[in-house]
Amino acid sequence: MFQKILIANRGEIASRIIRTCKKLNIQTVAVYSEADQEAPFVSEADEAVLIGPAKVNESYLNAEKIIDVAKEHGVDAVHPGYGLLSENGDFAKKCNQEKLTFIGPKPEIIDQMGSKLTARNLMKKAGVPVIPGTDDPVSDTDEAKKFANEIGYPVMLKATHGGGGIGMEIVENDEQLEKAFDGNARRAEQFFGNGTMYVEKVINGAHHIEFQVLADHHGNTIHLFERECSIQRRHQKVLEEAPSVLLDAEVRQDMGKAAVTATEAIHYTNAGTIEFLVDKSSNFYFLEMNTRLQVEHPVTEEITGYDLVEQQLRIAYGEELNIKQHVASIDGHAMEVRIYAEDPKTFFPSPGKITTFEPPTENHIRNEVGVASGYQVTPYYDPMIAKMIVTGTTRDEVIEKLRDALVDYKVEGIKTNIPFLIDITNEVEFVRGNTKTSFINDYMKK
Amino acid sequence: MSEIAANMAGNVWKILVKEGDQVEAGQDVAILESMKMEIPIASEQAGTIKALKVKEEDFVNEGDVICEIE
Repeated sequence: MFQKILIANRGEIASRIIRTCKKLNIQTVAVYSEADQEAPFVSEADEAVLIGPAKVNESYLNAEKIIDVAKEHGVDAVHPGYGLLSENGDFAKKCNQEKLTFIGPKPEIIDQMGSKLTARNLMKKAGVPVIPGTDDPVSDTDEAKKFANEIGYPVMLKATHGGGGIGMEIVENDEQLEKAFDGNARRAEQFFGNGTMYVEKVINGAHHIEFQVLADHHGNTIHLFERECSIQRRHQKVLEEAPSVLLDAEVRQDMGKAAVTATEAIHYTNAGTIEFLVDKSSNFYFLEMNTRLQVEHPVTEEITGYDLVEQQLRIAYGEELNIKQHVASIDGHAMEVRIYAEDPKTFFPSPGKITTFEPPTENHIRNEVGVASGYQVTPYYDPMIAKMIVTGTTRDEVIEKLRDALVDYKVEGIKTNIPFLIDITNEVEFVRGNTKTSFINDYMKK
Repeated sequence: MSEIAANMAGNVWKILVKEGDQVEAGQDVAILESMKMEIPIASEQAGTIKALKVKEEDFVNEGDVICEIE
């Protein structure tokens, strides 16, 4: 196994990766920015190196600096976490060139899946169903309008290199499309360095359901079932659960097979996620592939009993997968909530100093935390400060326990979305499992 | 004279007006950026921008004055 790895990330996911490394006796090197000097992950790592100022371009996105630190500290491999450089093919390539194993798939595959349009076309070729949409980029508003009128409104405008909900918007008519197109292209250009847009049909009443896949370097590919991630605001996930109440055994099997087919078709290796939209008649469509660990991976770990970070490390080291598809099974139910530093009503960010931070601790509660009492939440990074995962035998039981745990979750000094999360657990349509991607708009805007 | 204030904490990403500009009610005067989110700040009234109190890249807290309008 690796002796020492560098974690090219911050916050709760850096802490999460360090934990598995400690279990496997792997030494860890953390890198951090000036804004994160007091963050828990910095003291948890065996070594920690300051790499630059708060702004991500000068620290966490500074690939060369991070690789220099990795070389100076004699690490074997680099774990990119999620976000930041995790889906940057150039970074993966540079790591590999410097004989640092990038813990993830091959750089070419990151690039292919990073272009949503290329991914769509590859999946179509592999026989995986995709959402009706343009096979090529649309160059301007007129072209987008022409296609939108052909397939019929509403349509989704999407940046081919977008992510995290940035560069995408649903439009209902020509007028809205005209207003939205240039702004989204510009934002995508600014955030992702590529403003190419395409158009997809909106699948009404859809659920967002994704499959966890694992593939080793010896030709073994498995899936570890689904995560239901439909509850989103601004196309960012808020609450995730596994399994999904929408899927019966047959659909679950079909989707699992499609996920494995998709993974094999592109010769993928390491952990990945195939995202699907599923309509109420259980038709499913490939949405995109995330070529990294997902924020919501803990719900899969809780229901299957596997440590996904450990699996990533073993695969990257060249070990053969030790999980067989027919052995993997679902045990119980798990839900994850994302605690965001934001106003629970407007969803506007709320940076500031956390005066008290006391998450509840009980056997059925797992906390993944990036902050502590006295920590300053800065405006430079994603507003997610922690995750809480609650596990139980049935979904109803988990909802009850989650509601109680949220009431006991104490954060003072900044605004958080905890009151909003409690409202979700009290919403009758949520309890019924009627969790479409439009859930927050449909039921929570009272 | 009244003030246009920030409705969230963040960095001033863009200032869309200059002193002396005429603005309509509802017109955006600045865009704040925080935690990967852009929030436009609009003027609630029509008038003339009298004084800009921030510049691009400044950090503002919720309630800080962006500009004065008359």
